[in-house]
Amino acid sequence: MTARVAKWPGVELSAADLLEGKVTQTRFRPDAKYAWSAGEAISRFLEELQAGRLIARTCHRCERILFPPRMFCEECFRPTDAWTYIRDTGTIETYSVSYLDTDAKRISEPILVGVVSLDGASPKMGMMHYFGEMTKDEIRIGMRVRAVWRPAEERKGSVLDIRYFRPLREGER
Amino acid sequence: MRKVGVIGAGMTIFRRRLQETGKEMCFEATRMALDSAGLSIGDVDMVVNGTAPDAFDGVHMKGEYLLDGCGGYRKPYTRVFTGGGTGVFSTIAGWWHVASGLADVVLVVNEEKMSSCQPHPQSVFAHIWDPILDRPLKPNLVWIFAMEMNRYMTVYGIKKEDIARVAVKNKRNAVGHPCAQLADANITVDDVLKSEVMAWPVQRLDISPPSDGASAVVLASDDFIRRRRIKDRAWISGVGWCIDSTMWTDRDLVFPEYVARAAKMAYGMAKVRDPRREIDFAEPYDPFDYKELHHLEGLLLAKKGEAPTLTREGVTQRDGDLPVCPSGGLMGVGNPIAATMGMKIGELFWQLTGQAGKRQIPHEVRTGVSQAWGDLMQYGCVVVMRA
Amino acid sequence: MTFLERTTDARRYRAWEGNMEADYIYTSGLAGQRFFVALRDEGRLLAARCTACGLDYLPPRIFCEECFAELTEFVPVPPEGQVASLTVAHQDRTGALASPPQVWAFVTFKGVRGGLLHRLLATPDAARPGMRVHIRVRPREARTGTIADIEGFEPARSTK
Ligand SMILES: [Zn+2]
Ligand SMILES: [Zn+2]
Repeated sequence: MTARVAKWPGVELSAADLLEGKVTQTRFRPDAKYAWSAGEAISRFLEELQAGRLIARTCHRCERILFPPRMFCEECFRPTDAWTYIRDTGTIETYSVSYLDTDAKRISEPILVGVVSLDGASPKMGMMHYFGEMTKDEIRIGMRVRAVWRPAEERKGSVLDIRYFRPLREGER
Repeated sequence: MRKVGVIGAGMTIFRRRLQETGKEMCFEATRMALDSAGLSIGDVDMVVNGTAPDAFDGVHMKGEYLLDGCGGYRKPYTRVFTGGGTGVFSTIAGWWHVASGLADVVLVVNEEKMSSCQPHPQSVFAHIWDPILDRPLKPNLVWIFAMEMNRYMTVYGIKKEDIARVAVKNKRNAVGHPCAQLADANITVDDVLKSEVMAWPVQRLDISPPSDGASAVVLASDDFIRRRRIKDRAWISGVGWCIDSTMWTDRDLVFPEYVARAAKMAYGMAKVRDPRREIDFAEPYDPFDYKELHHLEGLLLAKKGEAPTLTREGVTQRDGDLPVCPSGGLMGVGNPIAATMGMKIGELFWQLTGQAGKRQIPHEVRTGVSQAWGDLMQYGCVVVMRA
Repeated sequence: MTFLERTTDARRYRAWEGNMEADYIYTSGLAGQRFFVALRDEGRLLAARCTACGLDYLPPRIFCEECFAELTEFVPVPPEGQVASLTVAHQDRTGALASPPQVWAFVTFKGVRGGLLHRLLATPDAARPGMRVHIRVRPREARTGTIADIEGFEPARSTK
C-alpha cells in the first residue's frame, strides 16, 4: 500500500509562508494566570525553605523518607506519618550543561542543572536545581554538593531560596 | 476476548509546518486508512482519537475540535491521552473496543499541529513541569532528557558515538519513507557529534524535530475480517501499559522500569517467552537517539547497557537480525507527538503485510513490537503484532 | 482515611503564582484559505458542496461529515441569512462592562448546513430571532483574511 500511494497528503509551508502571512491565518495570545495552591505538604516545604531548611515526610510502613515531602506514600498508598528534617548536602545523580534557556533560545554561558539526591532522605530522593562554583568540565555524576542559600531576608518560600548547589569543600561533610 | 486485526493505515506527510488545520490533517489520514482497508465511513462503529497536550495546537478540548475530521460525527467517540505514549496507546484503546465485543470496526486517528505554537513548541512544554518545585527554575524540556541520557551514559560507560549511530541509522532508514521530514542518506556519526550542543549531552541531531501531521489505523474483529475477506491484516496479539512515580527526581533514570512492566504485560498476553528470539523487529519510541537504546532494554530486547553494542554490531539495521525502527522512526520521519502512530503501529502493519515498499525488511518477519513513551518520562505502552 | 496531620492555621497554606505564556498562529487550512481569500478579496461568503449528499457546508470544509468524501467544489452562500438565535452581551470576554451592550447572533442561510456567529449590528431592542440579515464587510484595505473582515450582520434592507 505505501508503495501504491502516488501522493501522500499534506501541504508544506515555509517559515515565511506562515510568519509573513502568505497564507490566511489568525493570531491569538492567551493570557492565562494561575495561583497554584501548594497544599499541605508543599506549603510546609516552602515554609521550611524560607527558614533555610529541607524537610521530608516518613512512611512507617515502607520505612522510606520521602522527598519532596508528600502526605501520602505512593508505594503503600496510605498517609505518611511524620515530618523529618534532612540535610542540605547531597550527591549529583545526573546533570546537563544547557545552552538553551527556557524558551529554547540559545545562550552562550551554559546553565549547569541537574538532580541532587539529599542526605537523610531515602536513596535517589532528590530535587532539580542549579550548580555553581564549578565549571562545566569539573561537574560530574557522584559529586558531593551543598546548598548555597540566599540570605534570610531575601528568601520567599520558594525553591529559589537555594541559589544553587556547590561542591563540598576539603574537610566538609 | 476477541481477536483484533489492523486492516488499514494512513498518514499525512510530516513537516515543520503544514497548511491544513488539525481537522483537515485528520481527514486526510483517515480517508487514506479507510481507502486502504476498502471500507467506507458507514462500516465504522466507533472512533478513538489520540492527541497530545491541547497547548500545541492551541485549541482546548482538542478531541472535540478534531472529531469530524476523524470520522467521529454521530458515533461513539473518545479522545485518549498519555503524552507521547499516545502514539501507541490510542491503538490499545481501539483494541479494547473491539476485543471486548463492543465494536467490530474502530478507527484510531492521531494528530498534532505543533507549528501553531509560537515561536517554538518549547514554550508550552514549560507547563508540563511541576509549577512549584520545577518551574521557578525556568527549565527547558530538553534538560530532563539530557539528564536521563547523561545518567544512562555514565552508569554504563556509553560513548556519544554509540548513541549517534542510532540517529544515523534512523535518518538513513527514513530515506525510504514518503512522509519523512528529516531523512538523510549521507548523514554520518561525525555530523551528529559535530552538531550544535543544546543541553549537553543532547546535541541538535540527537533530537527529533517538532512536526505537523496526522495518522490513522483501522482495527477490526477477526469475524469482520473473515466475513469481508480482508487479505491485508496484522493481528494485535498483546498490549501492555504502565506508569511510574510522578516524582521524577525520585526515580532512577538508568532503566525504564515502566516500559519493562508494560512489555511483560504485552508479552504475557502474546505468549512471547523469549522476546529477543521471538520478536523479529521493533519500533521503539525514538524522540531522542538514546531513547531507542533505553527502550530496547526496557523491551527486554537487549540486556541492560548492551543496546549500544547491538547497534554498533549492525544487529538493528534493516537487514540485521533485529531490525529497529525500519520506518526511520521519529528521528527520521518526524515527531508530531501522537501522530507518530504512523511509524509505530502503521509501520508494523505495513511490514507484516509486506506493503512497506522501499522500507520492507528483506527477510521474512512475522512478529513485531512497537512501544511509545510519554508523560514526564514515566509512561510506557507496548503493542505486539503478528502477521 | 485522610492525612494523619493537617495545618489548622489557614494562613500557613501557600500558593505559587504564575501564568501560561503561549502565542499562536492558526492557519486557516485548505478550505479556510478558499473561504478567507474570497471574503478578503471579494467580500463574499463561500460554502463547500457535497453533491452526493446534497449539502453545502458553512464554514466550508474539505470533507463531508456525512459520507466522508473529499469536497473540492465551493459555491457562494445566499446573500441573505436569518438570525437563528442571539444574545446581548453586557460584559466583554475579560468581564469588563460593555457599553453599550453588544448583540451577538448565530446566523443561518437557506439550504446551507452550519452558519456563522458574529456581531449583530442592531440595538438590543431591535434585535430579534428570525430577522433577515446580510454581512457588512470592512473596507477592502482593512480586510486581512480573518473572520474580523466581517464587521457584523446588519438587518436586510427588505425588513427595514
Ligand atoms: Zn510507604
Ligand atoms: Zn456527503
